[in-house]
Order: sequence, then structure tokens, then C-alpha cells
Amino acid sequence: MASQGAPPAGVAPRRSDRSPWNWLLVVPIVVPLLVPLYNHRDPELFGWPFFYWVQLVFVALGVLSTGLVYRATRRSSADRAAARRAADAPVTRPAEQDGER
Amino acid sequence: MDGVDAVEVTIFVVFFLLVTVLGFVASRWRRGADLMHLDEWGLGGRSFGSWITWFLIGGDIYTAYTFVAVPALVFGAGAAGFFAVPYTVVVYPLIFLVVIRLWSVSHVRGFVTPADFVRSRFDSPTMALLVAITGIVATMPYIALQLVGIEAVLKTMGVTGQWPIIAAFLILAIYTYNSGLRAPALIAFVKDVLIYLTIIVAVIVIPAKLGGWGAIFGAADDTFTAAGSGGLTLAPAGQLQYATLALGSALALFLYPHSITGALAAKNRDVLKRNMSALPIYSLALGFIALLGFMAIAAGTTPVGTDANTIVPRLFQDMFPSWFAGIAFAAVGIGALVPAAIMSIAAANLFTRNIYKEYLKKDASPAQEAKVAKLASLVVKLGAVAAILLIDPQFSIDLQLIGGVIILQTLPSVAIGLYTRWLHRGALITGWVVGMTSGIVMLYNVPRIGPDGVVLREHWGGSAFSLGKLGLDTTYTVYAGFLALLVNLLVTVAVTFVLRAMNVEDGVDGTSPTDYTAEREDPSVRDLPDPLSDEPLAGPPPGSAAAPGR
Repeated sequence: MASQGAPPAGVAPRRSDRSPWNWLLVVPIVVPLLVPLYNHRDPELFGWPFFYWVQLVFVALGVLSTGLVYRATRRSSADRAAARRAADAPVTRPAEQDGER
Repeated sequence: MDGVDAVEVTIFVVFFLLVTVLGFVASRWRRGADLMHLDEWGLGGRSFGSWITWFLIGGDIYTAYTFVAVPALVFGAGAAGFFAVPYTVVVYPLIFLVVIRLWSVSHVRGFVTPADFVRSRFDSPTMALLVAITGIVATMPYIALQLVGIEAVLKTMGVTGQWPIIAAFLILAIYTYNSGLRAPALIAFVKDVLIYLTIIVAVIVIPAKLGGWGAIFGAADDTFTAAGSGGLTLAPAGQLQYATLALGSALALFLYPHSITGALAAKNRDVLKRNMSALPIYSLALGFIALLGFMAIAAGTTPVGTDANTIVPRLFQDMFPSWFAGIAFAAVGIGALVPAAIMSIAAANLFTRNIYKEYLKKDASPAQEAKVAKLASLVVKLGAVAAILLIDPQFSIDLQLIGGVIILQTLPSVAIGLYTRWLHRGALITGWVVGMTSGIVMLYNVPRIGPDGVVLREHWGGSAFSLGKLGLDTTYTVYAGFLALLVNLLVTVAVTFVLRAMNVEDGVDGTSPTDYTAEREDPSVRDLPDPLSDEPLAGPPPGSAAAPGR
């Protein structure tokens, strides 16, 4: 806890954003940057050179990876309810300083 | 253009007026307690859910520049212009974990701007000032770019002179002044509906008229081969530039104050995470928009005068009936207004919090602060109007790339600072100075080269820095911002080692480790933080060493 600028009200519990799922995020970062791998015309698809259509496939790859990581690392509703209960406990809120203004 | 098409102009004006009315209505929509507070005006009360956040961040990122400048670049240079697609693919996974940390710490400590964070984290008002100035300066060309978009549409419609663009921005200025962040969030709906409609129609109608995608790519290929520059794929020497530009732009995107404003307005961390996986839907649209450049080649479209930015509006005019061209133009115009509004609000927040309140008037009241922010947003917009009237950018995309080079220099303090405090505040300042200087020197040394290899302009010709200038025996070019960032990082790390070895004081961290993972339900998270009230938190941004503890 910092000595000055203490947190506004109560303390957040220790958590971590770490998860093995996060490694999945590396794929859509690295693949689109490997330009020589897709800097060709063939194979064409519906008249589109490879260079163009494959980069739209990368968009799908990005959606898929981030979507998976989001689903896998989302907090369960039990976690959220527990946090809410903790927040409602009167002891942890010494001053309703934001409320009055 | 010989004349003005009445139908086109009427439709354009009707949509524009509709948006103006929406802007005024927005001031009453989901209204919090008091718009006279900066949080309320500048962050929309921080209560936006998934949908609004999607539209808001989408409105931030996919701007008139995507609609006008990216296809203009593809029209002129071919494959190199397609970098916007990998750029917007890479950005979301890249910042997925970073942006939620920023959200948490900001909501615990009441940060409104990236400079607030830097001041508190590194206990350095100087670095915070540098971050604020960098943000404001980098945002101006970005706003100017939006103006270029509107200008291109007006030119195409045959409206000449300078007053239409001034009038458009007066409207924008008045309603952002009134409604704050609510205005752009609400009209972002209209903007997206119009843009998606235009793209879907364009992607179906235009290729059908031109004989299919094969014919479009074929025509583009022939044109590039005949011209001897550009092409359907990248020249080997251009590949490094393509990758570094995509990565550099992605790293820069969420350092821009307006992107951070959009992200902080989200309701909770889950909303942000979900958005990181939903936002790439825009990138798909962006890919098709970029290809409008090739369609223009195949259709034999010519720009108005020598202004390449008018190529897409001209294509719409050639391919669509006037009424639909009017709708498409409105999409571009409104697509410029939304981000311009968010950008000017974000720049105004920076000025108010980190310059006005920090250096000019430490005891400013909340009402004074909100008033200064509104005035600052007007000044920023006027600055952008002036920039556009005075300079004539050929490829307007360069404006954004130059802004990117500048904003990237705040990455060590803003982004790396979210993970570690190891970098010393003195080193961050040194790194910023060296990185910024080298970035500007590199930009100065980029010549603009014409299609036939003739040097059109010696300096400020773009952002592709030739590695040959460093004495390397190569024709490869690299994004100047990427190189400047590397220099910045090297200097920052080296100076940190020195300062740490010398035991130089590095201040007190105003944040605590649990701040960075705080969830909305935590007692420490504030729903509507009010750092502007007469609470003890007023004065310097919360958490700084100078602030009296509660």
C-alpha cells in the first residue's frame, strides 16, 4: 500500500490477470507481421490474390483468439457475487466520499 | 467539377442536420448528475456498456481516414496501403491485457488522462507534462485528417471555397461543447449504420458493374506494371516497412488520448475484454474499404484536380445514383465528426488536468475546470481547421503516421509503466527527449518520391525511413516511429541502470499493485470518481506525492 495517496475507499483483493490462455494472444500478433509468408499472389480465391484474402482470414484469427481468451478468463458469476458482497459490507467503506460531493 | 448535384447535396445536408439534432439531444441522454463536472462531460460518467463502448471505440479508431486516406493510398501505391488491415488485427490482442490494467488503476485512483497516471506512478510532474503535451500535439494532425475527409467529400460535390468546412466544424464544436462525450457516442450509431450500408452496397454493386473481382485486381495490376511503381504485392524492400508500420501503428493506437478516453468510459473490465474480440469486425470492413482504391483504378476514376483523397467520393459519384452517393458522402462526413469530437475532448482533458490545473491555476473550482476543458476543445478544433487551411497534404495518411511517431514516445511511461516501475523517472524523460528528437530528424529526412522516381520534395515526405541513410547497405525502409521507439527504449533502459547505480531518488509510487487488477465491484473502485470536488483529492491528480493523504 502506498503511503501517500491512499486508495479511495477500502482495498481491492489481490488478483492476477495471469493465465496460460493469454499465450493464445501471441498468435494473431505474430502471424500478420510475418510478411514474407503471405506476400504472394497465389493461390487466388474468387479472383482475390493470396495477399489480400489471407489478411482478411487474419481478422478471423484475431477474433477467434481474443474471443477464446475472453471466454476462458472471464470471471465466474460466483466470483462476481462474492466481490459484490464484500463491497456491500459496511466495514470496508469508511467514507462514502464519492456519494456526497 | 462543373456543377453541384442538388440531390446529392440535399441528402448530405439532411443527414448532417439529423446528426446535429442528435448531438443536442445527447446532452439529455443517460445524463448523470451534473454535466458541469469534467468527469461527466469528458468521460460520459464512465458508465458505458458493451454496445456503446463498441460504437465509441469503433468510432475512435475507424475514422474518415480509413474511408478516404487508406483507399487513396491503395489507389496510388497498391499493396503497401493494405497495412491498415494487419495493423487493426494486431492491435487488439496486443493491448488486450494492457488496457484492462489501465482501466482498473484509473478507476481506483480517479485518473482521467494517461498523464494523470504517469504523474502518480512515477511521481514525476515533468514526465506527466511531456505526456500531456505529446498527446495534444499528436492529436491535432489526427483531427486535421478528419477535416481532410470532409473536405474531400465537399470538393467532390462541387462545393468550393473554404466556408463549408468551417461551417461543418462550427456545428461539431457547438454540440460537443454542449454534450461532451455523449454526443459522439450517440452519433456513432448513425455513423456506423451509414458506413456499413455504404460498404455492403459498394462491395456488391461496384464489382458487379466492373466485371468481378478478378477484373478489378487485373486492371490494378496492369496499371501498376505500366506505371512502374506500386503493385499487387509488396516489393521485397517494402516488407519490413509494412510490418513495422502495422506494429508501430498498433502500439501507438491506444496511447492516443482519445482511445484511452473511449476505453475508460467502459463500465467494467469484461466490457473491455469482450470489445477487444468484437472490434475486429470493423477491420473486416476496413479491408473492403481499402480495396475501393483498386475499384477506382478499374473504373478509370480520376480524382478532383490532383487531390488523391477525393478518389473514393469520386468513385461513389461515378458508380451510384445521386441519392445514394449523397448517403455515402454523409457516411464519410459523419465518420469524420465522431472521432474529431472524441479527439478534441480527450485533448481538452489533457490540457485541463495536466497543464491548466497543474501549472496555471492549482485551486481551480470544478466549474472553472469544466469551462476550461470546453474552451480547450474549441481551441484544439480551431487549430486543426487552421492546419488544414494552411497546409495541403497530398497523401493525408502521412498526417496520421507522423502523429504516430510522436505519440509512440510515450509508450515507456504509459504502457510499460502499467507493468513495472523499474524504469527511472529521469530515464523516462531522457528517453522521451532522445526518441522524440531522433523521430523528428528521421521524418525530416524522408523525401517524397514521385511515381517516376523523381524526388518531389526533399523533406517531410512520409514516414518510411530508408535504412541506407544509417550507412547500412540496403534499400529496405522502416517505419520511423518504430525506430525512434527502439532508440527511446534503449536510452531509457541504459539511463535507468546508471541512475539506479547512482542511487538517484525516484519518488514514491502513488499506486499499489492491487489497483491494477481491481474489478468494478471492489470497494476501491469508484463509479463516478470526482477528483474535482472540494474533497481532499482535489488539487494535483490523486495519488501524487504532493497530494495530502486522506
